Amino acid sequence: MTDELPGTDAAAAAVGETQFAAGEPLLRIEGVAKTFGTFRAVDGVSLDIKAGEFFALLGPSGCGKTTLLRMLAGFEAPDQGRILLGGKDIAQALPHERPINMMFQNYALFPHLSVRDNIAFGLKRAGMARADIATRVAEMVALVKLDGLEKRKPDQLSGGQRQRVALARALARRPQLLLLDEPLAALDKKLRESTQGELMELQRRLGMTFIIVTHDQEEAMTMASRIGVMRDGKLAQVASPRELYEAPRSRWIAEFVGDINLFDAESKLRDGHRLVIGTRDAGPLVVAEPREPFGEGRLSVAIRPEKVKLSRRGPVREAGHETAINQLDGVIADICYLGGTTTYKVKLDAGGMLQASVANSARLDVDAYSLNQPVVAWFTPDDCVVLPS
Amino acid sequence: MRKVSRLSRFNVVSLALGLAFLYLPILILVIYSFNASRLVTVWGGWSLRWYHEFFNDRAMIEAAWMSLRVAVSSATIATLIGTLAAVALSRGERFRGRTLFSGMLYAPLVMPEVITGLSLLLLFVALNAERGFWTVTIAHTTLTMCFVAVVVQSRLGSLDRSLEEAAMDLGCDPVRAFVAVTLPLIAPAIVAGWMLAFTLSLDDLVIASFTTGPGSATLPIRIYSEVRLGVKPEINAICTLVIALIAVVIVIASLASKLSSSQGESAAPL
Repeated sequence: MTDELPGTDAAAAAVGETQFAAGEPLLRIEGVAKTFGTFRAVDGVSLDIKAGEFFALLGPSGCGKTTLLRMLAGFEAPDQGRILLGGKDIAQALPHERPINMMFQNYALFPHLSVRDNIAFGLKRAGMARADIATRVAEMVALVKLDGLEKRKPDQLSGGQRQRVALARALARRPQLLLLDEPLAALDKKLRESTQGELMELQRRLGMTFIIVTHDQEEAMTMASRIGVMRDGKLAQVASPRELYEAPRSRWIAEFVGDINLFDAESKLRDGHRLVIGTRDAGPLVVAEPREPFGEGRLSVAIRPEKVKLSRRGPVREAGHETAINQLDGVIADICYLGGTTTYKVKLDAGGMLQASVANSARLDVDAYSLNQPVVAWFTPDDCVVLPS
Repeated sequence: MRKVSRLSRFNVVSLALGLAFLYLPILILVIYSFNASRLVTVWGGWSLRWYHEFFNDRAMIEAAWMSLRVAVSSATIATLIGTLAAVALSRGERFRGRTLFSGMLYAPLVMPEVITGLSLLLLFVALNAERGFWTVTIAHTTLTMCFVAVVVQSRLGSLDRSLEEAAMDLGCDPVRAFVAVTLPLIAPAIVAGWMLAFTLSLDDLVIASFTTGPGSATLPIRIYSEVRLGVKPEINAICTLVIALIAVVIVIASLASKLSSSQGESAAPL
């Protein structure tokens, strides 16, 4: 594998180009499972990842996402299943035999080597010529904006600089696939946000395939073109960030990704192309019929807080209708001012609590509601999602 | 400076007593090694006479040379085996009886030296091995390798495993990953382990006297037997030289371990 490493400028121009037909997945994971003792860390995961994708594995700690990533890198061997990279099964290959590189969560920079030697480490192992190594290292240093720091040791760098050395080191070998294990977890919030942008820019520019592991759903939503949500070793849903947020497949995913209001269904009534679902905490709610039919299990109605609008008491007019279809009376029970938005907790007359996130679009608080103010919370049937519990 | 002056009288006194307890005997020994008098306890003015005497004492020089050879070779073998044991224990796959093995490795740390010495003597007699340089070297290796293993293992334990994984990820097979990344990072601990083994071997009397044979006494054995006939001031001179040597070794060992801690996440104890 390693001797295929391109060392020429012509090859450098071909970064990210893959040698097989477009549409065919770069990486195919087939029924992969891994058990530690009696703990089933990864339980039959199948997934296709296309070349050029920025894929995020998202899940709470212990969901198996890191184990899956480590199996891709070769640090763990799957008990079952196949991992095909460009059509070749690499499930049992050792880490150094794979054209895959990984950026470690704690960066794992070699403390006894300078920035330059850290970046050059993988190139030397690949048997690249000295001059080519120097060129490639200079290219990588420029790419991650580390100019002037080549001679420093890792302990003389800031957290952000270390992160970029780790990235440059992992990219230097021009892997077909780059794995990133919580790459931004050690950075503070501001730096994390700017680095997210840089990573996305880099991925687009190099046209490389990135798989990132994160427990931070905002990070996954921001960066990834597709997200795989993992739970208990299984893939719960694989979808684009938007689909994941707006059409979660289960109650658990809806709660894991973003904030959501959930009401347990007690009865169900068909009304043309709509359903009327009776809930104990919010009364009857009219929802659009889901695209996929669901089984007979318990259902919940889910509404994202920013889909809920608030008005002063009185009839609410909705575009195209005489009155809004889902209108719930309540009083403001809690106010959480977040700067750009304010989250109101509305105590519904029906008994439940409803969260509404309202954009603070005007500087002066003419629209703001006060505690204990009676309001009407309303939303359209299309804003509701019906979920199996 | 302010802080020092604020020490209470009690603290100053207890500090002084403690230091005196530790170092006064050594200081007296060093001073008396420069004594011109033939009598150990009577001061007769400054002189290098006893150092001169020592360098002309063939038997003593031979014993010192023997001790140095034993210390260097046993420390080297112990460092090799101890490092391998530490690597096996902290990096190897979990094998059956691993806990037992690591417990057994540490046993010589707490085993009374008389028992180690006696059991080795019985072994050498049973094997009909000629007792001398090699038997002492082997005995000292058994004693000191567990110290090396402890020092190196604690360094390995504090070393981030993902460093080796990163090396493998970047194209090293496991052996090369160890040589290219782990070995340079634990080198200071290995050096410190060697120094520790060297000093332990140099000052051992008990095990050496069990395992050595006629005509190959180590320096401590030689000194001990001389002292039994009465302390000659020459002994003071020899001891001062040994103290100087050990002091140098300890300084180097602590510098090495300091270097090791500045390179890695956390320090190796020593």
